[in-house]
Amino acid sequence: MIALLIRDLRLAMRAGGGFGLSLAFFLIVVVLVPFGVGPEMGLLSRIAPGILWVGALLACLLSLDRIFALDFEDGSLDLLATSPLPAEGIVTIKSLAHWLTTGLPLVLMAPVLGVLLGLPERGYYWIIVSLAVGTPALSVIGTFGAALTVGIKRGGLLLSLLVLPLYVPTLIYGAELARRGTQGMDTSTPLFMLAGITCAVTAMLPFASAAVLRINLR
Amino acid sequence: MTMRVTNLSVSRGGRTLLEGVTFDVAAGQALILRGPNGLGKTTLLRSLAGLQRPEVGQVDLAEDDAVYAGHADGIKSTLTVRENITFWARVFGTSDIAAAISMFALDDLVDRAGGMLSAGQKRRLGLARLMVTGRKFWMLDEPTVSLDHASVAQFATMIRAHLAAGGSAIIATHIDLGLGDDAQVLDLSQFRATTPKLHASEEAFL
Repeated sequence: MIALLIRDLRLAMRAGGGFGLSLAFFLIVVVLVPFGVGPEMGLLSRIAPGILWVGALLACLLSLDRIFALDFEDGSLDLLATSPLPAEGIVTIKSLAHWLTTGLPLVLMAPVLGVLLGLPERGYYWIIVSLAVGTPALSVIGTFGAALTVGIKRGGLLLSLLVLPLYVPTLIYGAELARRGTQGMDTSTPLFMLAGITCAVTAMLPFASAAVLRINLR
Repeated sequence: MTMRVTNLSVSRGGRTLLEGVTFDVAAGQALILRGPNGLGKTTLLRSLAGLQRPEVGQVDLAEDDAVYAGHADGIKSTLTVRENITFWARVFGTSDIAAAISMFALDDLVDRAGGMLSAGQKRRLGLARLMVTGRKFWMLDEPTVSLDHASVAQFATMIRAHLAAGGSAIIATHIDLGLGDDAQVLDLSQFRATTPKLHASEEAFL
């Protein structure tokens, strides 16, 4: 399993691995918003947590179809499915690798981009906390969507449509946590809800992902 | 007895392809599957490997014994030959890659990226993967595609060594590997499904 994780991380870092794609997209969204909304700092700093969350979510969405598609195309997925690794283990490692190459960099980049949006000082802490707690759920749910659409040519559109509604609860509580934290309000409710979503999907969805992966490999 | 297949039916795309497939493969034996294109050789091998469920029938095989090699070799183009083969060795819990590398004359290519290999070199790497798995039962789907004569001979040597060491293999191939008495030939045409049934409900569900 460690071997699979190391391989996936290595593949992501090499040329064509798509490591930079999500980050570049996140950067572009956040840089463009002030141009679109106008230079009014009060408005920008008010919407900054929400923009950062939506940007991170879309950046995450962009990289989902790589989770299984490349392995499916070159036959590795068939070989992995017949290897000693359990399917549940494969999808868990795939989610983890996706989070390490997409979610974690987004968490680290968000405060830097917060500067561009005039994020209030208190907000930096909460944007990191909310994204750190919420992005694992995005990776796990995304892996489920990728497993559902593996084998479909150009399945990216279908994948986005399937996954987007499942992302909504994470987005609502994540952005709410960041907003409340930024404004100095009580954060316990959205924090617990967000952590609950992440824990629940991490515990349950790998089994569903493994089941649909087996069906799709037939 | 390594493997016993009893009255197996396999289907693809909701259509039954083969019915009543029955055979045994003993340790040290190879089974060569023959039959025209589209008969269901690949589907049968995928069923035996556990990638898809057979409709009826039974496959008796120790779970940790088999390894499958399909049409695609599963080679990552941005990893080097050494990284590719080391990955599979670690997945199967082994570490000795030297024998596999030298068996298929990949020594000069170990530091080359997978994407830079020719089709035949990729196939050799895919076959070398079988040796690092340490599994006894090999299921090979057209293993000699894009290999030159020397590599086919090398492949036959590898299979003979594998059989001599008590392993077994099921090979779907159209060429004569010259395995002699160790190989039975099974013509799958005799199992061709006579009544192509459609499983509409299952397809609708999936």
